[in-house]
This record gives sequence, C-alpha cells and structure tokens, in this order.
Amino acid sequence: MNARDVFKPFLMRIEQVTEEAPDVRTLRLVFQNEDEGRGFIFRTGQFGEYSVFGEGECTFCIASSPTRQGYIECTFRKAGRVTSALAALETNEIVGFRGPYGNVFPIDQWQGKNLLFIAGGIALPPMRSVIWNVLDLRDRYRDVTIVYGARTVADLVYKRELQEWAGRDDVKLVTTVDPGGETPDWQGEIGFVPAVLDKLAPASHDTVAVVCGPPVMIKFTFPVLARLGFAPGDIYTTLENRMKCGVGKCGRCNTGKYFVCKDGPVFTFAQLQEMPQEY
Amino acid sequence: MESEKRSIGREALAELISQWRSAGKRVLAPKRSGDKVDFAWVASLEEISLDHVQTVQSPKAALFPRVEELFSFRSADGRVEVRERDLGALPETVVFGLRPCDAAAFTALKAIFNWDSPDSLFSARLARTTLVAVACSSADEYCFCTSVGGGPGAIAGSDILLTDLGDGDFLAEIVSEKGRLMLQGAEALFRPGAGREKERCLARVEKAFDLEKVDPGLARRFDDDAFWAGQSLRCLGCGACAYVCPTCACFDIQDEGGITGKRLRCWDSCGFGLFTLHTSGHNPRPLQSQRWRQRLMHKFSYMPERQGVLGCVGCGRCSRACPVDMNILEHIRAIAEARP
Repeated sequence: MNARDVFKPFLMRIEQVTEEAPDVRTLRLVFQNEDEGRGFIFRTGQFGEYSVFGEGECTFCIASSPTRQGYIECTFRKAGRVTSALAALETNEIVGFRGPYGNVFPIDQWQGKNLLFIAGGIALPPMRSVIWNVLDLRDRYRDVTIVYGARTVADLVYKRELQEWAGRDDVKLVTTVDPGGETPDWQGEIGFVPAVLDKLAPASHDTVAVVCGPPVMIKFTFPVLARLGFAPGDIYTTLENRMKCGVGKCGRCNTGKYFVCKDGPVFTFAQLQEMPQEY
Repeated sequence: MESEKRSIGREALAELISQWRSAGKRVLAPKRSGDKVDFAWVASLEEISLDHVQTVQSPKAALFPRVEELFSFRSADGRVEVRERDLGALPETVVFGLRPCDAAAFTALKAIFNWDSPDSLFSARLARTTLVAVACSSADEYCFCTSVGGGPGAIAGSDILLTDLGDGDFLAEIVSEKGRLMLQGAEALFRPGAGREKERCLARVEKAFDLEKVDPGLARRFDDDAFWAGQSLRCLGCGACAYVCPTCACFDIQDEGGITGKRLRCWDSCGFGLFTLHTSGHNPRPLQSQRWRQRLMHKFSYMPERQGVLGCVGCGRCSRACPVDMNILEHIRAIAEARP
C-alpha cells in the first residue's frame, strides 16, 4: 500500500457541538477509525482542511490543545457555503479532515518567558490552542496575560473558558468590546484592542507577544507593541490566507517566496516585515 | 546531456505510432482544426500536424487535467464512504509532437506537484506518460525559449526528441531510459542516426533578454506601484494566460454532487480576483496590478528560489492568447532592462 493520498480526508465524527456566539460554533471531532486517531499527532499552531461532503473544504486552525488528546476541535463562523453546511451538522454526523498542516508556535523556545496573548473576534481559536497548551504546562512559563476583544459582548467566543481564565490566579485576562458593544452589566474594558493594550502597557522584557485578529487589528497592534519595546522577532502571529490544498501546491496562499500553508501559518513580525503586504 | 541518435523515415514513424496504439497506448498530439492546432487524441500520423509553430493549449492536461476527480464519495444515513481513484487504471499515454519548450515545462510541473508531499494522481499519470517531442523548424515573434534556457532543438525534459531533417527522415534522439524502453522491439524501424545534423533544420529564436537580470529587476521594481499599474493597465483578469500556460498549475478544489458526489481539482489562476479573496471580503491582492506582479514574481523569482526551476519556458502562448495583446516578452524585457 502506498502512502496515504494527500487529498484523502480522515472521516471524523462530531462528538460535541458548542454554540460560542451568534453564528459561531465549535465542533469536537473524533476519528471514526480509531487506528487513524492513534497515529494522529499535531502541535499547536497547525491547521487542517475540514470538509462537508458535497459542499467542499474549508481551512481552520486546530483550536484545541495537543495536550488534550483523543479529539480535535475547530471553531468557525458561519459565513460561506462550506461553513454554512458545517453549521447545519449535528452530533454524530461525519465530516472530513485533512491535516495537520503548517508550522507551529515555538512554545519550547518560549520556556521561562512571560507570554502576552492578544486576540480579536473570531481569531481567538488559533490562540486558544496555544493558551491551553501553555496553561497545561503552566510551570514552564512565567506571567501569562491575555487581552481579548470583540465587537460586542455577544461576539466574545469561548465564554465559559474566559470565565475560567478570569478565575485563575496564574492568568491575567483583560476582555474588551468595541464602544457601543457593551451591555449594562459589562465588567470589562470598552475600546479597541490596540487602545486597551496601550493602556495596559505590559512590560516587554523577557516577553513573547502572540497577536491574532482581523487585519485592521493587527495593523494597529504592531505599532503599540513596538512602542512598548517588543522586538519584531518576539511578536508572533498566524496568517489566514485563503487556502485550498494545504500542502504547497495550489498556489493560493503564496505570499512572496513563502507558502503560508508550508512556511506558516505562524510567522514573526520580523518575517512579515520582509514579506510583500499580501496577507 | 548525451542522447542516443537514430533516424526514422516518415512511413516507419507512422508504423511506430500505430504500434503504440496497438499496444494500448493513447496518443495525444497536435491536430489541425480550422485555423487552429491543438492537442487531441489521434489514431495515426496522418492526423498529426507537424508544420505549425505552436498549439493554442499546452499539453499539461495530460498530467494535470482541466477538471479531475480526486475521489468520489457517498454520504447517506450518517455514514460516509470515500472511494479513491484506481491509479492502476490510468491509461498509458504518449504525448507526441509537443515542442521542446513544452517538454521543459513538464520539469516545472514535476517540481510544483512533487516538491514537498508527492501528488499521487500527478505522479501516477507521469509514470504512464512518455514525451515524444518534435523540434521546432519554425518560430514566431512570440517565441523566446532561448531567453529562458531552452531552444528549438533542446532535448531537456523529452523522453525522445524528433527533428524533421527535411529529406523525409526524422532524427530521433533518445534522451531518457523511458524513451529507450518504449522503442524496444521497434528497432527495425530505425536506421543509425550518427552524423545526421539537425542544427540547419531548426528555427532561429534570438535571445530577447538577459535572464540573469530578470530576478534582480523584479526585486528592484517590486514596490514601484506605478510601474506595475502601467504594465497591467490593459489586463482584463480573464486568466487566458494561465489556462494556456504549460507551467501554470494553480488549482481550486470543489465538490460536485450531493449525497453521491466527487471532489474535483480544477485549473485556477492568480489573475482572478477571487483567487485570494477571503470570505470576510478582505483580499490580499485586490488590484489587477498586484495580481500581474504575482504572476511574474511567481514564475521568475519565487519558483526558482523555492522549487529550483524557472516557471516560464518561453512558449509564447500567453502572449498569443491574450485578448488585449499583452506580450510577456515585452514586459520581461522592460524589467530586465530597467536601470537600477
């Protein structure tokens, strides 16, 4: 038997569906074939191609941590053809998955450092994987700070986990919503993520920053981090270029000499500065 | 590169093709239809055009079909069954009469499809495909193979290269082991080819630019938005250049059908605005000028760096096919000659 065809998906059973926010869902997926599941290894930061047979494939990060074994999770917003079909599925239905693809957050290199996670909107999922990964290995890292913002209170994803992080004394969590997005009982910040970060002014010494969010948030967050003294090589992000194959062939995610699917999705700000602004 | 040389008469060549057919091989070759010549399945040498400059389409579809099934599926009653392609059932194919530039293009396709994880469908087709190229006795103003490392009689990439010697004979240069194996048992059709000169029978294609200057020229021009806007002002974004290109291999993946269906791989183009468009509406390359730049960067800078092979063979098809007469040769020359 030859090597597995790169385009042949694993069949995954939906074990659990969680409503995170309006039109945002998390699917917990388990391998239908247990042998395939036992052989499956991924690391935080990697992504996959998820499919609804008859509708097509969609690219998302693996939103669960590799420390939580036996399943993978993906979180997505219902937006296009495939995500609409995915959103219509229920527990025990079958989806396709190809992966894991791409590079990883270098969490081994981050040992002994402070970690600052900054996320906006639906971009918390890639960061949720790495956050749980480091929290499950908590003694290897120093201060863990999470800054997370969304347009409205309703749009904040992983609300149960946000509560859990807020309740931990070894995590500092700052949540914010855009002006006008607050509710009467909202206890968090009100303002855009870059402004909230500016006010929080976390120390940059011995600290790695991870930033995931919509392009406009990223654009205004990098200058704030630079002012706070973060070196471009200590700021990480994930690029979300459109992809089809995930394995460096279809050409879609090609940005400069890089293929986001092979060389990324994790890049440092130092790398982004040398790339064409085509992401 | 050393090749074994033999010669073969026209009638013997016709016999050779009919032997391939009898052995169950399909023959894909240039065939004239009205005023255009394109690759088609042929039964005999009679049907094959040998006097044209270049076909409209490249022969890349022999290994990378315009639409191809990756696998089929049946999804019902909470169960999904995926049926893989039977790679063993793919037919043996001879691509006959492709030009030396087209043969060189297969080297670029191999680099794209197999540079990292091997592509099983592409590789299976490749293993069953033999390239019997015919050297160019004529060229037109769009040809520039000699500027990108090729030539009208270049053997690189071909399994066998034939050159029409003009006296009823073809010189057959057996370039690869695959070419040698395919001629086993047909030795009687050939005569020795030593001493037969092909140079005088080849088209002349003058060098149009210095390839060494293209990559540095692209790097220098990269951020010059006005330059790219000027280069691409006429571009309609129709993608014809990519579809006729023998090395363009960007593709889309789409599902067709419902409960029973197929996952398909289809040709795509970086010239289309939809190519990179996110669902959110954000587009990393929103302008046609950025997409034109990507086309040239990918072929002349990124592919050489990442896959070790140039993404252009100088066949000129994109320029001939362009509805607004954008000639890649003029654009590349402008980039190579740009002052630092």
